[in-house]
Amino acid sequence: MRLGLVLGEAASGLRRNISMVISVVLVTFISLTFVGTAILLQQQIGQMKGYWYDRAQVTVSLCTATDSTGTCAQEEATDAQKDQVEAQLKSATLTPYIERYEFENHEQAYKNFQESFKGSSFVEFASPEFLPESFRVKLKDPTQAAVLVESLSGIAGVQSVKDERAYLDPILNMLNVASYAAIGLAALMLIAAALLIATTIRLSAFSRRREIGIMRLVGASNRFIQTPFILEGVFASLIGSLLAGGAVVAIVHFFVRGYLVKSVGATTGLVGVDDALIVVPILVAIGGVLAAGSAGVAISRYLKV
Amino acid sequence: MIRFDTVTKSYPRNPRPALNAVSMEILKGEFVFLVGASGSGKSSFLRLVLKEEKPSKGQIHVLGQQLGTLSSRKVPYFRRNLGVVFQDFRLLPQKTVFDNVAFSLQVIGKSRGFIQEAVPDVLKMVGLAGKSNRFPHELSGGEQQRVAIARAIVNKPAILLADEPTGNLDPATSAGIMTLLERINLGGTTVIMATHDVGIVDQMKRRVIELTDGRIVRDERQGGYQTQAVPIQGFGLAGAQGAGTPGTPATGTPSIGTGVNGTEGVSA
Repeated sequence: MRLGLVLGEAASGLRRNISMVISVVLVTFISLTFVGTAILLQQQIGQMKGYWYDRAQVTVSLCTATDSTGTCAQEEATDAQKDQVEAQLKSATLTPYIERYEFENHEQAYKNFQESFKGSSFVEFASPEFLPESFRVKLKDPTQAAVLVESLSGIAGVQSVKDERAYLDPILNMLNVASYAAIGLAALMLIAAALLIATTIRLSAFSRRREIGIMRLVGASNRFIQTPFILEGVFASLIGSLLAGGAVVAIVHFFVRGYLVKSVGATTGLVGVDDALIVVPILVAIGGVLAAGSAGVAISRYLKV
Repeated sequence: MIRFDTVTKSYPRNPRPALNAVSMEILKGEFVFLVGASGSGKSSFLRLVLKEEKPSKGQIHVLGQQLGTLSSRKVPYFRRNLGVVFQDFRLLPQKTVFDNVAFSLQVIGKSRGFIQEAVPDVLKMVGLAGKSNRFPHELSGGEQQRVAIARAIVNKPAILLADEPTGNLDPATSAGIMTLLERINLGGTTVIMATHDVGIVDQMKRRVIELTDGRIVRDERQGGYQTQAVPIQGFGLAGAQGAGTPGTPATGTPSIGTGVNGTEGVSA
C-alpha cells in the first residue's frame, strides 16, 4: 500500500515535470558517457601496458655488415663480441635488474619481421642479413631500462641499446591526457547534472507543496515525504546512465572492435566489449548515487522542522 | 496536556517578540478560545504547539513530551496526535472528499482496510455522509471546512488546533462548525481555537485566553470575547504590558482598567 503510494507519487511527479526530466536524462547521459570513455581509456592504457611491458624489453641490437652507427664499422658482430655482451648481461651488476633474456639470430629476426609486416611491401625488400641479431632482455622493473642502456651501449659490436618502452610512452601519455580531459569534462557535466537534478526536484516539490504541507501536518515521516522525490531523480538519471552505458558499449563494439581493429590490424591490446560491459554498472551506480544525493539535498529544505 | 513555561518566541529581524514569557496550562478535554488582535501571537502559539517553530526561550510540554528534546525524526510521530484546521481549509483540489481524508491516513501508513472503515465514519460524523465523491470545488465553504475537520480528526488526535476555522464562513455556517467542534470536544478531544469571531466566543462561554503583543492579558473560564470578569492572570502582567499599542481590543477591556487611550492608567 505504502509502496504503491510512493511509486504513484513519483510517477505523477515525472509526468508533471516531463521536460525537466528529459533534460536530466540527457545531461546524465552525456556526462556519464564521458565518464565511461575515460574509464575505457584508462583500461586501454592498462591493457597496453600489460601487453607491451610484458614483451617490450630492452633490445640490444648487434652490428650487421651494413651498419656504421654505434660501435659498428660495417662489420658483422663477432662471436667474441656476442659473448662479451652476454657476459655483461650475466654479470653481478646487471643480473638483479634482469628477469630473463634471449638471443635472436638473423633467421628469427627475419621471421618476426615478416610476421609483423605481413602484407606490406617492406617484406620484399628485407633479407635476413639486414636485420640485426639482438639480445632481447626482459627487466624485472621496466622503469630501470636506463641502467642497461648505459652499461651496454659502449661495448664493441653493439649497434644500439633501445628501451622499447620509449616507443610506447608517447602513445600511453596521449591516451592518459585524453582520459584526463574526458574526466575533466565529465566532472563539469556531472556538476551540471547534479544541479539540474536538484532544480528539477525543487520544482517538483514546489508544484506539490500543498501535499507536502498536509503530509507534514498530519505527521507523515520525512522518509515517506522525500522518497517519491528521490525516486523521481534517481529514475531520470538511471535512464541517462543506461543510455550512457549503451553508448559506451556501442563505441567499443562499432568503433574500437569494428573500425580500429580493422584499420590498425592489431587484435591484441585493444579494449573489448567485455571491458565495456564492466563499465556499465559503474556508470549506473554513479548516476544513481549522484541523483539520490542531489535530490535528497534539494528536498531536505522542504522537510526542515 | 499543554504547558508553556515562560515561553518567548522572537523572529529574526524583529525586535518585538511574537510571544513574550508566556506561561499557561491547558488540561485534557478543555475547549479554549485564543483571542487577540492580528499579530498578537495566536498563530505563533499554535505553531509552537505543533513544533513548527522552536521557542527562543522557555519550555513547552505537549502530551507529556518536552518539545525541546524531541528529535526532528520523532516530530512527525508526535504530530499524529494533533489535528489542525485552518481558515483556508487547505484541501487538495484534485482529490475527492474521501481521498482528501484518506490521504492523511495513507501517508502515515494506515492499512487500506482501516482507511475504508475510518473515513466513511468520520465523514458521517461531520455530516458529509453522502458527499464522499465530490471534489472540494463542488462544496460550499462550510462543507469544505467540515472535510478539513474530518481530515484533522480521522486519526483520533488528542488535541485539535483550529486557526480561525470560521474566518471565511458566514455566521450560520460558523455556528454549524462550532457545533461540530463542540461535539468533537465532548468526545474527549482538547480543542484550541484561535478566533476573531466575537459572537462565537461570547455564545460558547468557554475558557478564553487573550493575547496582546505576545503576552497573556487574560485567561478566563467561561469568558467572552471581551471580558466581563476579573482576569485570572493579574494586573501586574497586564500593567507591565502597558506599553502596548493603544487601540487594540485588549486595551479596551474595562476590567484591566484602561480606556481605549488610557493604557498608562494601570501602571500609574
